[in-house]
Amino acid sequence: MIAAKGRPSHTQSTAPVNKRRAAGTVLAFLVASLITLSFAVPLYWMLITSVKGDTEVFLTPPTLYPHAVVWENYTKALTNIPFFEYLRNTLVYAIFSSIGSSLSSALVAYGFAKIRWVGREWVFNILLGTMLLPGVVTMIPTYLIFRDLGWTGTLLPLIVPAFFGGAYYIFLMRQFIQTMPDELAEAARIDGCSEFGIFRRIILPLIQPALAVVFLQQFLLAFKDFLGPLIYLNDPSQYTLSLGLQQFQGANGQEWGPLMACATIFTVPLFVLFFFTQRYFVEGVTFSGIKG
Amino acid sequence: MSILNANALRPKGRSRKKTWQSLFLGLAFISPWIIGFLSLVLYPFGASLYFSFTSYNILSEPQWIGLQNYQTLFADPRWVTSIKNTMYYVLVCVPVGVVLAVALAMVYHQRMPGRNLMRTLMYVPLIVPPVATGILWLWMFKPIGGLFNTVLAWCGIQGPTWLGDPDWAKISLVMIAQWAVGGNVLLLLASLADVPKQLYEAAEIDGATLWHRFWHITLPMISPVVLFITITGLIGAFQAFTEAFIVSGGQGGPADSTLFASLYIYQKAFRDFDMGYASALSWVLFLGILAFTGLTFRLSRKWVVYDRS
Repeated sequence: MIAAKGRPSHTQSTAPVNKRRAAGTVLAFLVASLITLSFAVPLYWMLITSVKGDTEVFLTPPTLYPHAVVWENYTKALTNIPFFEYLRNTLVYAIFSSIGSSLSSALVAYGFAKIRWVGREWVFNILLGTMLLPGVVTMIPTYLIFRDLGWTGTLLPLIVPAFFGGAYYIFLMRQFIQTMPDELAEAARIDGCSEFGIFRRIILPLIQPALAVVFLQQFLLAFKDFLGPLIYLNDPSQYTLSLGLQQFQGANGQEWGPLMACATIFTVPLFVLFFFTQRYFVEGVTFSGIKG
Repeated sequence: MSILNANALRPKGRSRKKTWQSLFLGLAFISPWIIGFLSLVLYPFGASLYFSFTSYNILSEPQWIGLQNYQTLFADPRWVTSIKNTMYYVLVCVPVGVVLAVALAMVYHQRMPGRNLMRTLMYVPLIVPPVATGILWLWMFKPIGGLFNTVLAWCGIQGPTWLGDPDWAKISLVMIAQWAVGGNVLLLLASLADVPKQLYEAAEIDGATLWHRFWHITLPMISPVVLFITITGLIGAFQAFTEAFIVSGGQGGPADSTLFASLYIYQKAFRDFDMGYASALSWVLFLGILAFTGLTFRLSRKWVVYDRS
C-alpha cells in the first residue's frame, strides 16, 4: 500500500496524462485492496474464533484478535467427532470420483473431438443440453435406483456416477482435444495403431493439463459436497466431513470455538491444494472458451 | 434418417462400411456417457414425471392418483411460501450477483500492483466448503457479539437479528451467496482480457467518456459471458440448498422464511418419504426454471453481441 501511495510523486514531472493515469492506478489499487480485504475478513474471523478460549468467544463486543491463543478447540474438534474417519471417507469419495470423472470424460471427449461419426453434433448438443437440466428433477428417481441396488449407506452412489463422465468436463476436454493436431493420430493410424491405442498412447499423455483441471475441479466439488452425502449416507461411520461438521453443529450449536476449529481444518487442505494448483483453475476458464 | 442420407452421399461400398465403422467407434468411445445419460438422466427424468402422478411412500408400490398431487400443491401453504421465497431469492440474488461480478471485474481488471494476489484472494471463498461457509456466517450474523452488528454498532446503528429475523433472513442468504462471486469475476476477467485494445484507442480519440467506453464497448464485448453467468446463476439460485439448510438447521426457519423450494422438496422426499408429492413439486420447480431460462435466452437476443469483429 505504501509503495503505491508513493507512486504519484514519481510521475509528477511527466505529462499530465501520465499523472492522471497514475492517480487512476492508485485509486484502483485502494478500491481493490478494500474489496479484497472484505472478502478475506470472514476467513480471518473463522481463524481467530478457532483459537479463542471459552470466555473470550462470548465477549461483547468481540475481540478483534485473540487475546490468549487456546489450541484446545482443535483437540476438541478432532476428538468430539471421529474426524479422521470422516476425512478418510471424504478422501475416498473425492479421489475416486476425480479419477472416474477425468478418465471417462477424456474418453468420451475423444469420441466427440477426433472421431467423425454420423449424428455426432446432434448427440453433442444433447450433452450440452443436460448441463441446463436442474438436478432436483432427477434427484428422487436417482435415489430410488441406488436404493434398489442396495447402495444407499455406502459411498457408491456418490462415486459410480463420476465414471460416466460429467457433461461440463466432457465439454472442457473436447475443447482441449480439438486443439491437438490431427497429424499425430493420422501417423499412428497408418502404423496400424488401434483407435483406443491412439487415445491411450498419444492423446492421454498430451492432455495432462486438461486431466488435471477436471481432476482438481471434481476433487474440490466432491470434498465440499453436502447434498449427496446427506441423501445417501445414513450411518455415521460413513459420514464425510460435510455431514460430520453439520452434525457437530447441530449437537454443539453454541460451541463456536470448536466449531470454527472444525471448519478451519475442513478448509485448510483445500486451501493448500488450491494454492499449489491455482493455474489449473484459471486454465479451466481458458479451455472452456467462454471468454466471449 | 440422417444415417440413410449420409450413406446416400457416399457412392462406394467401402466408404459405406467406413461410415458404419466410425459410427460404431464413436459410440464406443462415448459409451460411458451414454450409459450415464440413459440411466441417470433420461430414465430418472421420465420416472419423476411418472411418480408425480402417484402416491408413493417408498414402502409400497406407487399408486396412480392422476393430477391429485398437482391439485394439492396449490393449496399447500408451505409450498406457496417456499415458491415465494425462491422467487424472492432468485430475483434479488441473480441481478445483484451479476452487477457485482461485472463491477468487481472492472476493478480487478485495472493495472495495479498486487493484482494477481488480489484476484486469487477474491476467488478464495469458493474454496471454502458450503457447510463451513454456512456455519461461519451464522457466527458472523450473531445478533449480539457478531461481527456485522459490532461493526454496525461502531457506526451507531442497531443491527437486525439477521438470520433470526424472518424479514432479514433471506437478505442474509443473498449476502452469503455474494461472498462466492469470485468464480464469475474470474470468467469476466478472462473475457475482458480479450477485448481488442484498438476499440478503446479509437473511442478515446473520439473523446468518449469512461462511462461511454464501458457502456458501448466493454459491456457488449463481454455480454456473452454476462449471459452465461446469468443463466448459471438462475439455475443455481432456483436450487439454492446447502447454506439455507445449514443456517436453519434443515428447517427453513425462522417462520419458514428460508424455506426454499429445494429444501421443501428435500423435506417431503427424504424426511416424510412422500416421493410422489415431492416429484410433483420438483416438476413444478423444473418448469419454473425452464420458463425463466427460456425467457432470459429470448431477451438476450436484444443485448448479447456475438460478433466480435
